[in-house]
Amino acid sequence: MSPVVHATGVRMSYGDTQVLNGVDFAVAPGEVSCVIGPSGSGKSTFLRCVNGLEPVLGGSLRVLGEEVGYSLREGRYRPWSPKEFASFRRRIGMVFQRFNLFAHQSALENVACAPVHVLGLPAEQARRTAMDHLERVGLAEHAHKRPHQLSGGQQQRVAIARALAMSPELMLFDEPTSALDPELVDEVLEVMRGLAADGMTMVVVTHEIAFAREVGDRLTFFADGVVVESGPPAELVANPGHERTRAFLSSVLSQREKAG
Amino acid sequence: MRTEPFTGPSGERIPVVRTRRWGRLAAAAVAILVVGWLVYVMVVNPRLHWDKVAEYLFHDRILDGIWVTIEISVLATVLGLLLGVGMAILRLSHNPVLSGLATLYIWFFRGTPVLVQLIFWYNLAFLFPELVLKIPFTMIGVKWDTNEVMTGFTAAMLGLGLNLAAYFAETVRAGIQAVDKGQTEAAYALGMTPAKRMRVIVLPQALRIIIPPTGNEFISMLKTTSLVYVVAGHDLMTNASQIYKANNLIMELLIVASLWYMLMTAIATFLQSRLERRFGSDAVRLVRGGGRGARLLSKAAA
Ligand SMILES: Nc1ncnc2c1ncn2[C@@H]1O[C@H](COP(=O)(O)OP(=O)(O)OP(=O)(O)O)[C@@H](O)[C@H]1O
Ligand SMILES: [Mg+2]
Repeated sequence: MSPVVHATGVRMSYGDTQVLNGVDFAVAPGEVSCVIGPSGSGKSTFLRCVNGLEPVLGGSLRVLGEEVGYSLREGRYRPWSPKEFASFRRRIGMVFQRFNLFAHQSALENVACAPVHVLGLPAEQARRTAMDHLERVGLAEHAHKRPHQLSGGQQQRVAIARALAMSPELMLFDEPTSALDPELVDEVLEVMRGLAADGMTMVVVTHEIAFAREVGDRLTFFADGVVVESGPPAELVANPGHERTRAFLSSVLSQREKAG
Repeated sequence: MRTEPFTGPSGERIPVVRTRRWGRLAAAAVAILVVGWLVYVMVVNPRLHWDKVAEYLFHDRILDGIWVTIEISVLATVLGLLLGVGMAILRLSHNPVLSGLATLYIWFFRGTPVLVQLIFWYNLAFLFPELVLKIPFTMIGVKWDTNEVMTGFTAAMLGLGLNLAAYFAETVRAGIQAVDKGQTEAAYALGMTPAKRMRVIVLPQALRIIIPPTGNEFISMLKTTSLVYVVAGHDLMTNASQIYKANNLIMELLIVASLWYMLMTAIATFLQSRLERRFGSDAVRLVRGGGRGARLLSKAAA
């Protein structure tokens, strides 16, 4: 089967700062691919490129069978219109570190919003499926609450339900538990475990090494805008092939131990 | 201040001395004297005919003028708010031509006195004797005589509305920018187009920040309409001035007009406080995520 994400030599920069220096990265259908790396190494930027929130400046980034941002017609690549970007992003769910819930809407409205306004579903039907998704993340009884009335862990679960409501073919998680108090991390990881068990294709930027080992099919180490190495999580954690990976892993693991 | 006595070591009661704030008392006395004297010289002034004030307070032309003032205020405010939102969106547009034009509009209307604009609109016929609305290169269209369309009323509405739009655009822009950027990202990630994101996610939140200040805009509009008398808009001030030009009771009619303006402002202030209670408390909480606008707002609210 062809990969869901296939990046070869992806380059990207903000102005003069080169952020991605040729990223090679692939995700197979149904795979849970975890990404780790030091702050500023370009993990978030890469995820944002994958769903077209940032433009790629070089290399090739194929996602869900499309070259992100361009369509090949009559031997030339033509840039997408905002509408084409929108209909591409519909197929990809994204979960952010800071939840980014719509502050003026209840949990239920957050989940039903895109199905109504993007897919054009009837409001009643969208609310019913939204309720099912909230049930799935264990928040049915909080459906009427506004984001500020929910804990961080609950907000993040609403955010996951909101992404799932679009029936995405790929889910991107950008440090979904980094902004949470330690005791709230597990409830979010639990939901993600369930998604992985259902066969969802996922790219997860995380520093939860235990989660990566348990749920991940692959673990990739990013540094300075390139992939340093990648492999089965248990193997990479046990025998990192590069000194940088080893140093990073040991610093993350010792921080965990201190926190735990 | 404490008035209850203390209890001493052997159970006796030790009273607390009341401090006298002589400075405060003196200031209050002076203020009362000054205000009292001002009121007194007005009230007993033999040259001021209070009976005439009472007579004209409910004069037909005054009452008609009040309605026109309210009408102009409401219409100009509505025009200003709608156009202001449009200008703010253009101003924030990524298209440099559109945002440049919006900047130019805002600069022009904020840079020229509203009095000049009123007179300009009223006298538009000097430049364009006829207003023509037609499909280019065809004969299909409609035509008006400018002098018929540009009455004092329309000139007032346009002048005040276009002017308010320029000020209001800046308020709306701040409101839009105060909405957390993360929500915009989330909206795009869910497959919304920029226009849909603006309509479904950003504007509903921005408007809640913007609504309380609209009360202020309306209150100041009520009084700015008095400028309309230069273009004979038949509002309260125009009618009052026409009466005093005929009978020379200038002070009496200014008092009549002022009493009505004060009543209208009081009612509008009351409505505004209800509006703020409805939207204000929510607004700060809604726009979370630590944008600069949100922080300013929460400081202002605290
Ligand atoms: N909007 C932006 N404008 C300019 N530079 C940016 C922008 N966003 C990120 N950068 C820079 O790009 C680099 C990569 O940032 P990115 O957020 O992708 O890193 P990251 O690996 O996700 O880090 P973290 O673990 O802290 O989230 C950093 O040096 C950052 O300063
Ligand atoms: Mg990041």
